[in-house]
Amino acid sequence: MVPTLGGRLQTRVFVLVVVGGLVVLAVTPLLVSGASIGDLYQATYVVLAAVLVLGLAWEFVYHFLQQFRWEKDWPTMFGLLTGINEGLLVWVLLSADVLPTGTSVSGGNFLIVFVSVWLVTWLWVNGPMRVPWIRWRFRGGRLV
Amino acid sequence: MSGSETVRLPYAEAPAGHQAGGDSQGLSDELLATDVWTDELLERSGVPVVDVPFVSVGGGIGSFVTVDYLRIAGVPSSQIRVLTPLEYPWETYEYLTGVSQIPRGERLRSDSASTPDNIWGFPSYAVREAFAARSLRGSLAPLWQVLTEPIFADYYTPRAGQVFTALQREYDRIGYAEMCERGVVRTVRRRQGGGYFTILTRKSPSGGTRRVAFRGQFVHVAVGYPGLKYLPDLQDYRLRTGDHHRVVNAYEPHEHLYQELRSRQCTVVIRGGGIVASRILQRLIDDRDRYGTDVRIVHLFRTFISGSHGPSIFMRRRGGDGWAYQGFNYPKSAWGGQLKAKMRKLEGGDRAELYKLIGGTNTPHRRLWMRQLARGRSEGWYRTVTGEVEKVGASVDGKTLSLRVRNAEGVIELPADFIVDCTGLEADIAEHRVLKDLLDHCGAQRNPLGRLDVERSFEVRGMRSGNGRAYASGAATLGGYFPGVDTFLGLQISAQEICDDLARIGFCRRIGVWRSTSQWWRWVRNRRI
Repeated sequence: MVPTLGGRLQTRVFVLVVVGGLVVLAVTPLLVSGASIGDLYQATYVVLAAVLVLGLAWEFVYHFLQQFRWEKDWPTMFGLLTGINEGLLVWVLLSADVLPTGTSVSGGNFLIVFVSVWLVTWLWVNGPMRVPWIRWRFRGGRLV
Repeated sequence: MSGSETVRLPYAEAPAGHQAGGDSQGLSDELLATDVWTDELLERSGVPVVDVPFVSVGGGIGSFVTVDYLRIAGVPSSQIRVLTPLEYPWETYEYLTGVSQIPRGERLRSDSASTPDNIWGFPSYAVREAFAARSLRGSLAPLWQVLTEPIFADYYTPRAGQVFTALQREYDRIGYAEMCERGVVRTVRRRQGGGYFTILTRKSPSGGTRRVAFRGQFVHVAVGYPGLKYLPDLQDYRLRTGDHHRVVNAYEPHEHLYQELRSRQCTVVIRGGGIVASRILQRLIDDRDRYGTDVRIVHLFRTFISGSHGPSIFMRRRGGDGWAYQGFNYPKSAWGGQLKAKMRKLEGGDRAELYKLIGGTNTPHRRLWMRQLARGRSEGWYRTVTGEVEKVGASVDGKTLSLRVRNAEGVIELPADFIVDCTGLEADIAEHRVLKDLLDHCGAQRNPLGRLDVERSFEVRGMRSGNGRAYASGAATLGGYFPGVDTFLGLQISAQEICDDLARIGFCRRIGVWRSTSQWWRWVRNRRI
């Protein structure tokens, strides 16, 4: 990918809200927990919101690092591997009870939600996203 | 410049300036001298007129991707004509890649998602190669490569044959053949009252020629490279001696060189530090390994790159062993990221400056080539020389060539059996008849790099004619608000801009989310449009 800063931020919001939102909707009922489905949805969507909000800050870091690259690109693999640092940060905040999840989220459940959201959104931006939004890849990831 | 100074393509005609007298395509002097034609003027000339709203001149990949976009945007084939001397859009491209040692089975220098047969870039060539593979290893290899490029693997690039096969499928799907009119275009003129006339000269069945004027609201010019020039010293040698055997351009057929290498020890001098030099070197070394040729390679660099280079830590390109390394023709963000956004805002000298910064000859960093050249250096059959060639001549005994090279240490004489010019010097746009005509008669101007000046929408500046618009894409427009014009993806970006501009003025529909998705689904199922 060859994102601009504006494109990064727009893509992050759009993809996590739309694609991430659908993934969380589908995955949450599969989690093993004693909490009600309503409480579980609250917890998983709070996790998703945390990934989104923190991700906007992360995008500034990535954009800075991208400036060291001659091509000013962001290799496909980077998009996958940055899930590690982002996931760890959200988990640390979750463990510290900073996030208003309402109910506790086990490590296993967090891993299922986060990894599935990350993988699906990563796959989506590296291919199918180009189909409906035909100008997106030529505008550094900007949708508007 | 004479025709002998540019590389000739199989179907090529004489370049600009070589028409007989003032009579281009047999048109009257009155017509040729007139910048804006009236319908009456053309009627008096007796040239039949065909009305079609959109005419694309050239018929190569630039025309093809533009027409592909328009067809997907809903323009019927009856509204489009492609005026071309080519049998199929990738004919010139396939010829040039073939002679410069990228036959169908070899890989191009093009990104996985640069798919001229598919405006969406999805599925990419790597994914298609994975699905078409007959083994698990064959499926995983391209996917692994796009996943790990360019950090742990070289950039994935498709095989030439895969691209040509895919282009053929799309060619059939959009009914491209029925839009083509075979012949040669040398003249385009603005029309009084709006639009343009484009004169096509066809060969008639009787052996003569027949002219037709296409009258349309829009004309699109995508004629490819104006021409490829020989290095002046090599041109001088060829003109003096008539020797076209030992001094060749990489874009000319030069198979005789490889054949002769199999029969005796030869020294080959390679000129240039770009992808073509890399490909020729690979062929020489592959032949050395396969047939046991005893080739000695002297690689002559005008500028020797010894390491990473650039004005700051934020603008440093890798380099080494003489080469500047870069995945593709331009830094990747030229096709959609920061560089594209930046260039779009620059004018005049600032734009030319940025072009200079990102320009310069370069080649991809490929592990195979690194290994081959390292072996050549250690075994002593590959060496580099830096300097400027002052003269090329025959040696004293006349059996070999001799290059006089000046560098920091002084002047050295290099003996050689063959010289391969891999510099890929491009001729001025005025060397091309149609482009010269646009500059001389249609109000077109030059951009900061001396090529055809186009707007961000790829409309040719100065050529608007009433409600008509003229567009251009491809190499002729290099130096505009978008770099990377002479590439697969660049042609698609140009096509998208043109299509969007045409949609704004109501010629076609703008491709929105729904149309894009539904048309992609038709593409997947190979449904004709």
